[in-house]
Amino acid sequence: MAVSRKTFLVNNASWMLVVALILLWELICVSLNVPRYLFPAPTAVWEAGVARWEIISKHAFQTFFTTMVGFGLAVAFGLLTGMAVGTSPLVYRALYPLMIGFNSIPKVAFVPVLVVWFGIGTTPAILTAFSISFFPVMVNVATGLATLEPELEDVLRSMGASKLDILRKVGLPRSMPYFFASLKVAITLAFVGSVISETVASNLGIGYLMMAASSSMDMPLVFAGLIVIGLMGVVMYELFAYLEKRLTGWANRGSDI
Amino acid sequence: MAFVDFEHVSLAYDEGGPLAIEDISFSVQENEFVAVVGPSGCGKSTLMKLVSGLTEPTEGYVYLGGRQVAGPQKCIGMAFQASNLLPWRTTLDNLMLPLEIVQPYRSQFRRRKQEFIEQARALLARVGLAGAENKYPWELSGGMQQRASICRALIHKPRLLMLDEPFGALDAFTREELWCMLQDLWQEDPFTVILVTHDLREAVFLADTVYVLSKGPGQIVAQKQIDEARPRSLEFTYSKPFADNVQELREHIGRIRAVQ
Ligand SMILES: Nc1ncnc2c1ncn2[C@@H]1O[C@H](COP(=O)(O)OP(=O)(O)OP(=O)(O)O)[C@@H](O)[C@H]1O
Ligand SMILES: [Mg+2]
Repeated sequence: MAVSRKTFLVNNASWMLVVALILLWELICVSLNVPRYLFPAPTAVWEAGVARWEIISKHAFQTFFTTMVGFGLAVAFGLLTGMAVGTSPLVYRALYPLMIGFNSIPKVAFVPVLVVWFGIGTTPAILTAFSISFFPVMVNVATGLATLEPELEDVLRSMGASKLDILRKVGLPRSMPYFFASLKVAITLAFVGSVISETVASNLGIGYLMMAASSSMDMPLVFAGLIVIGLMGVVMYELFAYLEKRLTGWANRGSDI
Repeated sequence: MAFVDFEHVSLAYDEGGPLAIEDISFSVQENEFVAVVGPSGCGKSTLMKLVSGLTEPTEGYVYLGGRQVAGPQKCIGMAFQASNLLPWRTTLDNLMLPLEIVQPYRSQFRRRKQEFIEQARALLARVGLAGAENKYPWELSGGMQQRASICRALIHKPRLLMLDEPFGALDAFTREELWCMLQDLWQEDPFTVILVTHDLREAVFLADTVYVLSKGPGQIVAQKQIDEARPRSLEFTYSKPFADNVQELREHIGRIRAVQ
């Protein structure tokens, strides 16, 4: 009995916490009588969301699109450079400091430059999403490859395996858990990237919608936008978490967590 | 010419740095079982890397099968203290790995896959792992993992098997079981073995010849022939000649310690 109650809690804790927080939020807004234009109650946000569904979904689709394209590019380039950095000490030495420097630049500071180059709208959003989510993919793939056990490498080399053989048979499969872990981080960062860019330089996308709504004090719409972004992030995260579990379950030694 | 030949081999890992091994000369005949013992850090693992061409000697020459070793060799089997099985492959698939890499199996792999699978199954059954084919390495006990690791080192029928403390992490019972397993495999279808170990009893039980290395830089301080009949059974470990041999080796090691 105690055990089953505990498993029930563990399985449903996330939903219950969300519901509890919404209730608390509603309670605070109603009991303190907070004005809508400062901090709208969940019911008000819900109303705004339902009433303006068409406009929200249009912007949400734009954000989803730029995020996924930027994320896709980040995964492709992250895999390639990660493989280069992880397998070649020369590339590692040459590229790593550059990459660290590149990653240290706040991406929002770079958006105006992108605007000068590409104009406002889709392209800067894609590039910001790309540049912010590229780094974790590269680092994780490189780490997965570089931490190959030396003895295992000796075993393979003494069979006459080429570098490419080692990469294909051992290096890449072994770095898959690292890769999937990075996808979960990268997808949420990619959303952050496109929304930042849309806030600064776009007339489409959730970032723009929230910017426009808050300048007209339409707080319920701002919060509806926030929640849509959050939801998209959670859905994509869960998708990659599921893929991770399916494809690299061996890394957890068959356990469930 | 012997199968493995060391001629005055020295090696320093860092140029101009301290020598890891110094002026080592010895040879191993084809299908001979050789054990190398010595204190920790004396260069035993280094010796194995030299034979397999993973490192090059600073001085001297290493020959394998009549040819000077230059670069990684093609057909050597290796196993270490850690089993190094791939956790995303089942035991059977782990055994198939060398066949996917080593020629001529590699180019025949698609065509003869079924046949190879049967060979791998047969080998697993030989070492008592029948039924574990589709299990993942983490589902096996340490001893079972080590059996699988040795199978993987042998599946492509290498002429030389190199073992670096393969039984170091196992309990005494399992270790003795695996000694017998290894001896059986070796007698059934002979190959050359170089076994690195800390365990003098293991060396005496398994080897035809035992070499004792001194500590830093490693030099051969003794060579001991173990002329006992094969197959040796575990009863042998309780016999007088066995104890005498172990005792003699222990004295050599003791002398190394005393010098320091
Ligand atoms: N990759 C390396 N780079 C530099 N020095 C090394 C390297 N590998 C080993 N050495 C040095 O070479 C010497 C011999 O090392 P080796 O690993 O061959 O010892 P070992 O006899 O196998 O020891 P153990 O019994 O503990 O495994 C040691 O002094 C060690 O510090
Ligand atoms: Mg060693």
